[in-house]
Formats: sequence, C-alpha cells, structure tokens
Amino acid sequence: MTKVHISTPLVEDVVKSLCIGQQVLISGVIYTGRDAAHKRLVQLMDEGKELPFDLKGQIIYYVGPSPAPPGRVIGSAGPTTAGRMDAYAPRLIERGLKGMIGKGARTENVTNAMKKHGAVYFAAIGGAAALISRSVQEAEIVAYSDLGPEAIYRLVVKDFPAIVVNDAFGGDLYQEGRKIYAIE
Amino acid sequence: MRTIDCEVIISEVARLCQEANFKLEDDVVQSFKCSYETEVSQSGKEILNLLIENAAIAANESIPMCQDTGVAVVFLELGQDTHIINGNLYKAINEGVRKGYQEGYLRKSMVAHPLERVNTGDNTPAVIHTRIVPGDQVKITVAPKGGGSENMSALKMLKPAEGVEGVKNFILETVENAGPNPCPPLIVGVGIGGTMEKCALLAKEALLRSVGEPHPMPDIAELEQELLGKINNLGIGPSGLGGRTTALAVHIEIFGSHIASLPVAVNLNCHAARHKSVVI
Repeated sequence: MTKVHISTPLVEDVVKSLCIGQQVLISGVIYTGRDAAHKRLVQLMDEGKELPFDLKGQIIYYVGPSPAPPGRVIGSAGPTTAGRMDAYAPRLIERGLKGMIGKGARTENVTNAMKKHGAVYFAAIGGAAALISRSVQEAEIVAYSDLGPEAIYRLVVKDFPAIVVNDAFGGDLYQEGRKIYAIE
Repeated sequence: MRTIDCEVIISEVARLCQEANFKLEDDVVQSFKCSYETEVSQSGKEILNLLIENAAIAANESIPMCQDTGVAVVFLELGQDTHIINGNLYKAINEGVRKGYQEGYLRKSMVAHPLERVNTGDNTPAVIHTRIVPGDQVKITVAPKGGGSENMSALKMLKPAEGVEGVKNFILETVENAGPNPCPPLIVGVGIGGTMEKCALLAKEALLRSVGEPHPMPDIAELEQELLGKINNLGIGPSGLGGRTTALAVHIEIFGSHIASLPVAVNLNCHAARHKSVVI
C-alpha cells in the first residue's frame, strides 16, 4: 500500500484527507505524553494557566521511551496503550490537538471529540520500539522531567511509520479490520 | 551443602535483565516466521515482518526490543542443599535488577506505592516467585513483563458446574475484550485450578514455556489447540488491525482445586515473550 507523507503541524485539509487504513509517514515535531503528563496538562487547563507547549495542530505520541544509550538521541520508543489517556484526550482536542499516536482502542468520548473538532488517531506498531526509534532525529525534554519516562519530550521525527485507526469521520480500523477476518 | 555468593546472584540477574530485553528467544522469532506463512491479511504479514526486523535490530544493537522493559518478574528455583552466603538472597536479586536496568539503559517503570505513584528510579521492587527444589543448584529466570499486556489479563472464580465450556468462554472473552491493546500476536498463559493466587501464578508460569510447546497431558494439549484456533478466528490479528494471527500459542497449566472451586486465570503476553534463565 502506498504511504502518504504528512508533516506537522497538521492542518485541517490534511486531517480531513486521512481515512482509516491509510499508512502514513510523519515528519516534523511531535510531542510525547502519557498518563501523568496528561493529568498535569488538564490540571493546568482547569487552573487557566498556560501549557508548556502550544497544542494547536500538534500530534501527541503516547510513549515512555527507554533511556538513550550513549551515542543515541533516544532509547527504544514504541507506543503505549492509548485508552489510558481517554479521560484527558477530549480536553486536549478541544484545545487544538490534531493528532494522537498510540496503540489500542479509543472510547466514544474521544472519537466524538475527534469528529467534532477534526482530529485523527494513528496506531504505531506495538512493541516495534527499536525499529520506530530510528525515525527519531532529536529529543529534548520540554516539561516534567521529574516524571522520568513520563516527561514530555519534543521529538523531531522523519518518516515515522503509523496507520490511521480513527479518522475525523468516525471510522474505526480496529472494528473494520476484525470484521473482515473474523470467522464465526 | 554448596555455597553460592550473593555477588554471583547480583551479576547474573543484572545480565539476564539486559539479555531478556535485547534478545528475543529463537522460538518466538520462529513463530513470527511461521505465522507469516499462514497470515491472510496483507497488513498482518507486513507487521509480522516488521516484528522480525525489530527483534534483529534490538539484538544487533543491544537496545530493548520494546520501550516497556517491564516489571522484573523473577522465578527462582532454589536447591534445598544450597547455602547463600554474603548477603540476603532477595536483596541480591533486587540489586541485580537495579544494576541491570541502570547499566542496560532499560526503562524504569516501577512506582513505590500504587496510589502515590512515585517512580523508584531503579525498576525495583522485583516480583520474585521462589520454589524450593531438590539438589544444590539455583535456577534463575528473569521474565520482564510489560504493563500493556498485563493490564488486559483477568482472573475469574467459576462455578465447577460451568466446566470446560465456562473455562473456554472466559479465555475467549478475555482475549476479545483485550482486542488490540496487549500488542497481539499474543502468547496466552492460562492457569486452571488451585486457589485464586495459585491459579494466577500458573498462568504466569505458562508463559515461560517455549512458544507452542504442547502441555504433556493430551487432553490439555488438545484444549490448547482448540483455543488457539478459536482465538485466531476472532479476526483481531497482528497489532489488532485485522488478521488471523491473534495468538502465537495458548499455554495452559493446571493444578488440583477445592470441590467448590474452579478458578481460571488468563495472563496475556505481548509478542515480546521475554525470558532468560541461568543455572548456577
């Protein structure tokens, strides 16, 4: 299947051009964030404070990388389970987040927010962390270094491989994919 | 009586933590290759190929195959004629984990208190299961267990009347509910019988078997095969994107149980079925 090259920040036209099953290669800046970082971001929003980075048009990659060995910019860096971020994701999408990368299914509160505000959820291959780390060119902590592997990193990626699982139109590849191959 | 120095335990555990995370055992890689041949989904085939490539990169470059380098689960078989000297055995194992995770640039994923959630910074405490066995040797197996698949595991106390059908339904239900989350293709570890905690431990021990090696009892081996077929017919596939390789193997372990009880535990393992052993 042909792979589409996309770059960040994601603009509306690109978000709307992506459909489930589409394989993409992402280039540009993406941010990392997991459970504890999401909790803090939402707390800041509740308090009306500024966030450590502007969410507009951005992609958040749900990952807690392993430490970078000498000579490498990052350690292994595969996706973590996205469902744990479902309680927070709609707030970030309302605030301008356009993309999420993770693994595993999302709940309706997230997919509804994606439809309403135009956002896309990509799956990266769970566990293929050594392979994926090759697409990361730069990594620097932008917030919450006290959280260790859960700190927010700003990554510069080139041709980061992912697949559209939930598009901005309500499509769900996990459900559609299963239907094709399930045998009663 | 044979003496074993704690220093040996520390260095061996440190080595096993790293090797388990860098090098996927040949049986797992082989099972990816076999599944590639039978997988009908094109994207499923592509994913299996990428997993083979990922394992090769990790092994060649000594980096973790998965960023989640897991809880250090340690199975200890302690010969009853062994005398551990120069320290405390469990402390030595934790020291080995500390050293291995630090020196191997492995991710530290443990928090000290499950509610306060502050990272211990050294991946301790290890979860240690000890069995006293005959002889004067110590066998140590380090099996780093990732959170994603562990979180989708489940245990149920069935009624004996629910029988084998109840057991099968619960296993299928657990895999189906897990869907794409635990990084399929899976190794499905199942414990049947014992008490609640024994059953859970059996399910974890089942994950240590070579991928697809059948249980020695024919009826249990048959049940493993039947379940593997049914699980693969769920259509979940590699990475959950659709396909017929949802599981690489189902491994069942059994134990006697109370007349009133039929516990079943399902411990899911992602495709990174990591474990390394040493006999000292």
